[in-house]
Amino acid sequence: MIEIKDLHKSYKMGSNSLHVLKGLNFNIKEGELVAIMGSSGSGKSTLLNILGMLDELDEGSYTLDGVPIKNLNETKAAQYRNKFLGFIFQSFNLINYKTAVENVALPLYYQGVNRKERQEKALKYLEQVGLKEWAGHLPSELSGGQKQRVAIARALAAEPKVLMADEPTGALDSQTSYEVMDLIQKINDDGNTILVVTHEPDIADMCKRIVHLKDGVIVEDKKVDQVRASQYV
Amino acid sequence: MFDIERWQEIFDTIRKNKLRTFLTGLSVASGIFILVILLGFGQGMQNGIANEFEGDANNLLGVWTQVTTKEYKGLNPGRPIILSNRDYDYIESKYSDILEFKSPNLRIFNASINYKNESGAYQVQAVAPNYQQIENAEMLQGRFLNYKDDASVAKVAIISKKIREELMPNEKNPVGKELKISDLVFQIVGVFSDKGGDFDESRLYIPQSTGQRVFNRGDSLSMMYFTLKPQATFEKTLAASNKFNSEIETYLKQVHTVAPDDGSAINTFNTLENVKRFMGMMKGIKLFFWFVGICTIIAGIVGVSNIMLIIVKERTREIGVRKALGAKPWSIVWMILHEAVFVTAVSGFGGLIFSMGLLEFIGPKVEVDYVLNPSIDFNVAVTTVLLLIFAGAVAGFFPAWRAASIKPIEALRDE
Ligand SMILES: Nc1ncnc2c1ncn2[C@@H]1O[C@H](COP(=O)(O)OP(=O)(O)O)[C@@H](O)[C@H]1O
Ligand SMILES: [Mg+2]
Repeated sequence: MIEIKDLHKSYKMGSNSLHVLKGLNFNIKEGELVAIMGSSGSGKSTLLNILGMLDELDEGSYTLDGVPIKNLNETKAAQYRNKFLGFIFQSFNLINYKTAVENVALPLYYQGVNRKERQEKALKYLEQVGLKEWAGHLPSELSGGQKQRVAIARALAAEPKVLMADEPTGALDSQTSYEVMDLIQKINDDGNTILVVTHEPDIADMCKRIVHLKDGVIVEDKKVDQVRASQYV
Repeated sequence: MFDIERWQEIFDTIRKNKLRTFLTGLSVASGIFILVILLGFGQGMQNGIANEFEGDANNLLGVWTQVTTKEYKGLNPGRPIILSNRDYDYIESKYSDILEFKSPNLRIFNASINYKNESGAYQVQAVAPNYQQIENAEMLQGRFLNYKDDASVAKVAIISKKIREELMPNEKNPVGKELKISDLVFQIVGVFSDKGGDFDESRLYIPQSTGQRVFNRGDSLSMMYFTLKPQATFEKTLAASNKFNSEIETYLKQVHTVAPDDGSAINTFNTLENVKRFMGMMKGIKLFFWFVGICTIIAGIVGVSNIMLIIVKERTREIGVRKALGAKPWSIVWMILHEAVFVTAVSGFGGLIFSMGLLEFIGPKVEVDYVLNPSIDFNVAVTTVLLLIFAGAVAGFFPAWRAASIKPIEALRDE
């Protein structure tokens, strides 16, 4: 599903340049649930942003579902993001003036789905994350865990090939974190490919594979026995 | 072009961002409002000033005389100069092809006027029939003087509305009635009113010949009035009238043996010079109001641009989210422009209708000197609104395009 070869990325700041990713290689197959682990500043978000086509790589190659991702213009990139990718952010990034159901429906708007169908689908996904009764509420009326579940529903609504979550539990307490992870595991059980960036070992242990980043290189890439989050909720 | 889904998305955004929409709309509407009121009053001032000048024929020329101030050909200064019928007849026949209206004028000040038991002192002017056009006098009843009155030295008088009200308040129609001027019986043949007001209405008109005879003035005149046929342009008429004035002044100085450089004995006036000044002033006023108007529009454009910049800045993160969800750059640009154009258009035309309605309503009620019926050219107003909409779209486009074309991660990083 995802193939990266010799991926490099630096940030230029004035005359200085910060080499953040220094030649990464790995593949992710369909249906995997991968944790990208590492301490703060190790380049996890940078990597995820590149994989999510929110940012561009400097060197190396990236293939997503057989499509080489290289030199795309914004219009093309928007199409791929819409079709292939779903995002879950640490800070939720819900649109504050839209209700839960409208937020979930937004990617469908950009897919050209009509209003009625958008509404139905969005409600279906809200139901899946257990928030059907909250459909008409604004983000400001929801708790952190609920916001993240709305964000997950929104990521799911587009029916993407890969879900990308950057510290999805970073802003949540541990109980809520487990609930969110439980949801992510269930979505993975349905066959969705998911990447989770985290610096918390217990969250990483709930994935099926851990890629460990340190100072911009992969120091470890191992399969793990998944800890089910459902036992904590 | 009409995409129902996009309209719904725009309306959602507008509905849920009422304050933003309100502020944008308010600034556009108030800009238009100020402009319309401003230009309206500019027009009102123009109308008002034009109205002040309406009293007399616009191209009125005249001659009057005083005493000489310079010694000339052995004649002492201080000699009174008196115009005569000969002067008038000469000018009338010499310039007959360029003159439009003309009239001699003999004034008797403070003549005593009696009607039955009422009496008063008014000015009597002995004039020719053309004097009606020269003064722009309007006949309310009866007629003005005619040539037969003059030829027959008829004792007929045209009284003003003011005199009718003062001397014969109960007389609905005094035409045919008799009154006494300096104890001589005259028949009233007409009642006039004059836009010039009190001053121009404190008088009666009688035939020139009658005046000279009954007041024993021989063939002397107080003044002469002329108007010239209008030429193709105002400038040409002005030039012709100045030429006419200087020629008759030279001629009259010759026949009355007045020094050519005597600036006082023989005087001419030309209301076209006033008109010229007045037109210059109008131009000035117009220019001023346009200047202020254009400044207002520029201020409006700057305001709209600022609002657009702020809106785009405020929505940068939202733009990042939308892009992460698959929004194409153009759909972002359209989203912002669509909203901007819609809000500017609705509030712009709202402000326009409101202010024009107000102008329409209070305009005719305005009673201030030099302001009359303020109103505005509809086309100018609509053009201004369209200009503001266009400016809003252009001003919104650049920041929207910039926000839409940066990498989503940069937009998302925006706080
Ligand atoms: N936009 C940026 N400009 C400059 N430096 C950046 C930028 N984003 C991240 N960095 C730097 O790159 C390094 C990796 O950042 P990041 O990928 O966010 O790390 P992580 O998500 O693992 O905490 C950090 O040192 C960070 O300061
Ligand atoms: Mg990070």
